[in-house]
Amino acid sequence: MVTPFVRHRGKAVALPRRDVDTDQIIPKQFLKGVERTGFGPSLFYDWRADPDFELNRPEAQGATILVTGPNFGCGSSREHAVWALAEYGFRAIVAPSFADIFLSNCYRNGLLPVQLPAADVETLLQRAASGSYEIAVDLERCVLSDDRGFSARFTADAYGRELLLHGLDEIGRTLLEEPSIAAYERSHT
Amino acid sequence: MKTLFDRVWDAHVVRELADGVALLYVDLHLVHEVTSPQAFAGLRREGRKVRRPERTLATVDHSVPTGDRSLPIADPVAARQVDALSTNVREFGVELFDLGSAGQGIVHVIGPELGATQPGMLIVCGDSHTATHGAFGAFALGIGTSEVEHVLATQCLVLNKPRNLEARISGSLESGVGAKDLILALIGKIGTAGATGHVIEYTGDAIRALSMEERMTVCNMSIEAGARAGMIAPDDVTFAYLEGRPRAPTGGAAWAAALERWQSFRSDPTARYDTQVRLDAATVGPQVTWGTTPGMVADITARVPDPAQLATDNERRAAERALEYMGLVPGTPLAGIPIDRVFLGSCTNARIEDLRVAANVVRGRHVASRVRAMVVPGSQRVKAQAEREGLDRVFREAGFEWRNAGCSMCIGMNPDVLGAGERCAATSNRNFEGRQGRGGRTHLMSPAMAAAAAIEGCLVDVRGW
Repeated sequence: MVTPFVRHRGKAVALPRRDVDTDQIIPKQFLKGVERTGFGPSLFYDWRADPDFELNRPEAQGATILVTGPNFGCGSSREHAVWALAEYGFRAIVAPSFADIFLSNCYRNGLLPVQLPAADVETLLQRAASGSYEIAVDLERCVLSDDRGFSARFTADAYGRELLLHGLDEIGRTLLEEPSIAAYERSHT
Repeated sequence: MKTLFDRVWDAHVVRELADGVALLYVDLHLVHEVTSPQAFAGLRREGRKVRRPERTLATVDHSVPTGDRSLPIADPVAARQVDALSTNVREFGVELFDLGSAGQGIVHVIGPELGATQPGMLIVCGDSHTATHGAFGAFALGIGTSEVEHVLATQCLVLNKPRNLEARISGSLESGVGAKDLILALIGKIGTAGATGHVIEYTGDAIRALSMEERMTVCNMSIEAGARAGMIAPDDVTFAYLEGRPRAPTGGAAWAAALERWQSFRSDPTARYDTQVRLDAATVGPQVTWGTTPGMVADITARVPDPAQLATDNERRAAERALEYMGLVPGTPLAGIPIDRVFLGSCTNARIEDLRVAANVVRGRHVASRVRAMVVPGSQRVKAQAEREGLDRVFREAGFEWRNAGCSMCIGMNPDVLGAGERCAATSNRNFEGRQGRGGRTHLMSPAMAAAAAIEGCLVDVRGW
């Protein structure tokens, strides 16, 4: 069952890079598993070999919100990327834009993608880079804020928001559409 | 007034769930070993079935070795994943092209090859390069594993309707320049997020002049521009390709009915697109990537760009990082950069026409002494066809390894990987950091360009040959 996302407050970490692809989030050698778990320790595997990598810094420990650059999650459709981010402990990703398949995968795994204008993300990146910094995200009100006066409304995909707010079993829901699906099949064969 | 994409979308709406969100019916679901095990496990846990096994087709491609097929898979983790797919298809009644099958191959090569991919279809697969099938006028998109499970259980997908983007490509290609160069040039122009939230429809004379296989190359890389899918309206080239294929409609009446339906999948002349981009094919030269995204691309006659010249801080930082990873110095001419490896393969460029083009370049020549080069056909049928034409001999005599079908070094999940610092001329679709092996450096290009690079031992303009 997916963990619902209603509101969350947590430490933010800055990853000021654009076009972070899913190959970086979880490299290929970790895709051979047959379970949905076990990916957290391998998150950003190659980058984490660098002691200066943002997530390796002491002040980044315990972060639950990732603030990053545009086109986050581009490339491969691997849902393993979202599983790895969630298992590592992230509850929300804040960026100016996301790749489409990555967004779909987030909604189905309790990970909230927050899209904000580039200038706002730049502000958050700077604040997060300066050390211990907390952000609060409220999906019911669609508001992201901090203790230093930043507050912004964000638009959330209506369907994705519903999946997240209620941690819905999407398949169970669609199975209730059986009469419509059967009718479609009858009229198209 | 509707676009091609609007028409295919409308034909698959089971029910509108909300404004712009619909439950869509999936005609063909392609499955492979890497993104499906968790989905089948989910079905099993909930006691659910595959709703339409006959609309589901599985193959093994991502993690399979491309060496001797009579040997067991040496990597125990990959072997377990391949075994899991065999078990799953047996339990759920899905057809599988397994490792021993003559029909095995990269999922996006075998769908079209079988004639299973057809105009107007909605096709999904847990793989971002599903866009390939859009070359037939299908709406084909990559999905995540949760959605794979959803489609298996319900034969449907919930989707926000993407917007329409027209990429009109006029003019004609110069000799030595091909479909790969077109799509790389387009991505270079609009950027790796240039088509995010959109379905690209490729139109224009330059697209009409392409063969089906070339159209697949173009649509394949739509995802590299951020698009949900890429599409090309079907025409006589499409229909001629499909006629007589094993899963295409057969018999006069069935074929005629299919043809009539397929011909309806096109955009109205006055259809409106949300976004439009134009490209003149005549201005496109052979393209080579210099960085770590497919959008970091330039003409082979260009030099490695100087990050200092870029417009924004963000771009500058990204380019500096990319050049450091790639071990390249700004101002270096791209032609002449020495390479260690050549990879001819992938769902982008491993069909028979790609192999013919590359074979013509290497015929009677030999791979440079410092280069290790391999050909990995897109499917076992492509491999067999190439062998009937004697292309395997041409490649072998030129010093290439001739291997079995799979994704191979495009993703490096099997033993075919780059070593740290190795530089590769690749016909695949992604030059991300570590994509072909940790520390490996990938330059994307066309099959003709990669073949020429193998012979010269460095990046080279194939037009000079």
